Amino acid sequence: MSTLSVLAIDIPYWAQSLLRVLGGLVAVLLPAGTIVYVFLFKMMSFMQSRLGPMEAGPFGSLQLFAEVGKWLQKEDICPERADKFIFKLAPLIVLASTFLLVAVVPFGPDAWFTNFEAGIFYALAVSSVSVLGILIAGWASANKYSLLGGLRAAGQLIAYELPMVLAVIGVVIQAGSMNLQDIVVAQNAGSMFGWDGVGNPYVLTQFVGFVVFMVAVQAELTQAPFDMPIAESELVSGYMTEYSGFRFLIFFIGEFATAGVFAMIASILFLGGWGVPFAWFGWSDIDSIDNWMNIVGPLILFTKMMLVVFVIMWVRFSYPRFREDQLQRFAWKVLIPISLVNIMVTAILKVAF
Amino acid sequence: MTMLTDRQQLSYIAAQAADARVNLELETEGMTLNIGPQHPATHGTLRIIARLDGEQVVWAEPSCGYMHRGYEKLTEVRTFPQVTALINRIDWLGSFANEVPFILAAEKLMGIEAPARAQHIRTILFELSRIANVSLFLGDLGVQLGAITPVFMAFRDREYVLNLIEGATGGRFHPNFDRIGGLKDDLPAGWIDETRTVMKKLRNFCDEIENLLFGNEIFQSRTRGIGVIPRDVAMQYGLSGANLRASGVDWDLRRDQSLPMAWNKVDWKVWTHNDGDSFARCWVRLQEVRESTKIVDQLIETLPAGPVMTKVPRIIKVPEGEAWVATENPLGEMGYYVVSKGDLGPFRVKIRSASFNNMSITPWLLKGVYVPDIITILASLYFILGDIDR
Repeated sequence: MSTLSVLAIDIPYWAQSLLRVLGGLVAVLLPAGTIVYVFLFKMMSFMQSRLGPMEAGPFGSLQLFAEVGKWLQKEDICPERADKFIFKLAPLIVLASTFLLVAVVPFGPDAWFTNFEAGIFYALAVSSVSVLGILIAGWASANKYSLLGGLRAAGQLIAYELPMVLAVIGVVIQAGSMNLQDIVVAQNAGSMFGWDGVGNPYVLTQFVGFVVFMVAVQAELTQAPFDMPIAESELVSGYMTEYSGFRFLIFFIGEFATAGVFAMIASILFLGGWGVPFAWFGWSDIDSIDNWMNIVGPLILFTKMMLVVFVIMWVRFSYPRFREDQLQRFAWKVLIPISLVNIMVTAILKVAF
Repeated sequence: MTMLTDRQQLSYIAAQAADARVNLELETEGMTLNIGPQHPATHGTLRIIARLDGEQVVWAEPSCGYMHRGYEKLTEVRTFPQVTALINRIDWLGSFANEVPFILAAEKLMGIEAPARAQHIRTILFELSRIANVSLFLGDLGVQLGAITPVFMAFRDREYVLNLIEGATGGRFHPNFDRIGGLKDDLPAGWIDETRTVMKKLRNFCDEIENLLFGNEIFQSRTRGIGVIPRDVAMQYGLSGANLRASGVDWDLRRDQSLPMAWNKVDWKVWTHNDGDSFARCWVRLQEVRESTKIVDQLIETLPAGPVMTKVPRIIKVPEGEAWVATENPLGEMGYYVVSKGDLGPFRVKIRSASFNNMSITPWLLKGVYVPDIITILASLYFILGDIDR
C-alpha cells in the first residue's frame, strides 16, 4: 500500500508527510507523558504508601507540565572543562534513537510510518544508537561519576543487546518474517493446535523468549535492577549528573519514551500488537481487515503497551540493583545460553510442525 | 646453575626489558574518587577518598570531621542538666539513648539511683529510640542498594514510634526528657495501650522488610560474602553493637553489665551471626528490632507504680570524682567518661561514640572491593555522621 488511507479517505503526499511527523511526535511523547504520570507518579506512590502529586490539576494530572515548566526555567549549565559541543549533543542522540525506533512500529493495518521489510532488525540496530549518546554524555561531562556511569552503561547495553536479539530470533523464526506488520498478522491470524480463539500470541508459544526479551529490555532501559549506570546511591546520577534544565528533561523524557517504545515493540512481538484475533470478526488476512481498525488499533496497542510498562515499572520499584559484574555474568552465562536453546527448540518445532 | 653465554645473557636482559616496556604501556593510571562530603550515599558529610583501579578499590580512607561540633568541649561550659540537650544531637536518630549513659554517670557520681518506675520508663524509651533508629536503617538499606520502596515503609512505621516518643516526652527527635535522679514526667494516659498496638505494627514491618528485602536474591547476592569481618579483626578494631555481634562475638552491654535499668528484668535474646558479612550485620539488626519490641511489650506489662523522680537538690552539684558509664546504644557501645570537680558543670567529658570506632575499620574493609560494594559495606556498617564527628 503506497497511500495512507484513514477511514477510506486518501490523503495527499505532503499531508501524509506532515501527519507522519506529527504522529511520530505524538507516538513518542504521549506514551512518555502517560508513563511518567500513571506509573512514576501515581502507581509508585500507591506502592510506597504515598499519595503522589495532587495539587496540579485534577488528581495531579498536570504535574508533568508543571515539572516541564520548572525544568525549562532552570539554567542550562555546562561544566567548564566539559567538551561543550558533544556535551550538548548527547541528550539529542539519546532522544533521536527513540524517534528512529518508533518509525517502524505499526499502529494499525494501514497506520504506520514505514512498512519496512527488515523492521525488527532495524529497530534493534537503532536502539543501540542510544548507547553512543550515553557514552559521550558520560565522557564529555568531565566528571568521574559520569565517566563511571557512562562506561557501565556501555558495557551493560552491549551485553544485553545480544540476548535481546537472540530472543527476537525465536519470534522471527515462528512468524517467518522480520517485518513487524507481518509478525502482528501472523500472531492474530494464526492458531494454536487448530484453535484460533485467541490467535497465536507468541507470549504463549515463545514464553522463554518473552521473559528473556523483557529482562533485556529492562537492562536496555537502565531501570532497576539494572540501573547501575544511574545508580543514584553510588554514582550520584551517573551519566546524567552534570545535566540540568532542558537537557536533563530530554534525558528524562527519552528514558520514559524509550520505555514506551520498547513496550510497544514487546507487545507487537509477543502480545499481538495492534490486532485482535482475526477469527473474532472473520478476517482472514491483512487486506480483509475493516478500516476502523486504523483507529481502534492504536488504542489496542496503547493498552498492551501500558500492560508491558506496568510489568517493567513493577520490577523497577521493588528490586534492588545488581553489581555490574553480576549483571554481566547474568547476561553471558544465563540469558544467552537460554535464548540459544530457545532458538534451537523453536527451529526444530518449526520444521516438525 | 648453568652458565649462560654472554649472548644468552644479553638476549635474556633484552627480553626482560621488552616485557617491562610492555607492562609499563599496559599499566593504567589509577583514579582517585572522592565519595563525599556531598554524596547521596554517605547520609551526612562523610568523605571517603578511594583510589580506584577500574572499579576496584586499591586504597580507601575515610575523612571525618566535616560536621565536628565540639560537644566534648561545649559540655564544659554547661551545667549538668543542660548537657542532655547537647548530647541528644550526637546520634540524632536515637536521641533518648544518648542521654541515658550520661545521666547514669552523673547519678553514679552523686550516689543516687532513679526509682524503679523511672528505670522502667527509661528502658522503654531507650528501646523505642533503638526501634526508631534501626527501622530507618532497614529502609535505608534498600535505597543504598537501589530498591526505593522499603524506605517509605520504614518512614511510615517509624512515624508511629516517633509519635509514641513525642507522646511521652514532647519531642519527636530530641526528647531531652531524662533528668538526674529520674525523669521529667510520668507517662501520659493511654500511652501503654497505644504502645501495644504500635509494637504489633513494628513486628509486621519487620516481617514485611524480611520478605521484601532480605529474601530477595539480588539483595543476598549483593550482601552475602561482601565486606566480611572475621571475629578477631572485629575485636581488634574495637567494633561494637550489631557489627560485632554479626562477626560472632556474643557481647551485649545490656545483658553483660549491671546498670540501674530494667533489661535484666525481662526475657530477651542477644542475636549473633557467624558470617560477619554485610548480610549478617543487616540480619542481626533486623532481629534486634524484633527483640526490642518484645522488651517493650514485657516492660509495659510489668511497669511498677511509684514516683518517677527521686529526691535531688534544686541546684545540682555533682561531687568530685570520675565515672565511666557505657550502654548498648542503637549503633553500638556509647559511653561517657565524666570528670567532675564538684562544680555545676562537668570538668571534662569524653564521649565514646559507636560510629567513630565502627568507622575505623573501613580502610581495612574497603581494600579490593568494587565501587558498588563500598556503598553496601558502608550501609551495613551503619553509622550516623553526628555520631562520628560529635
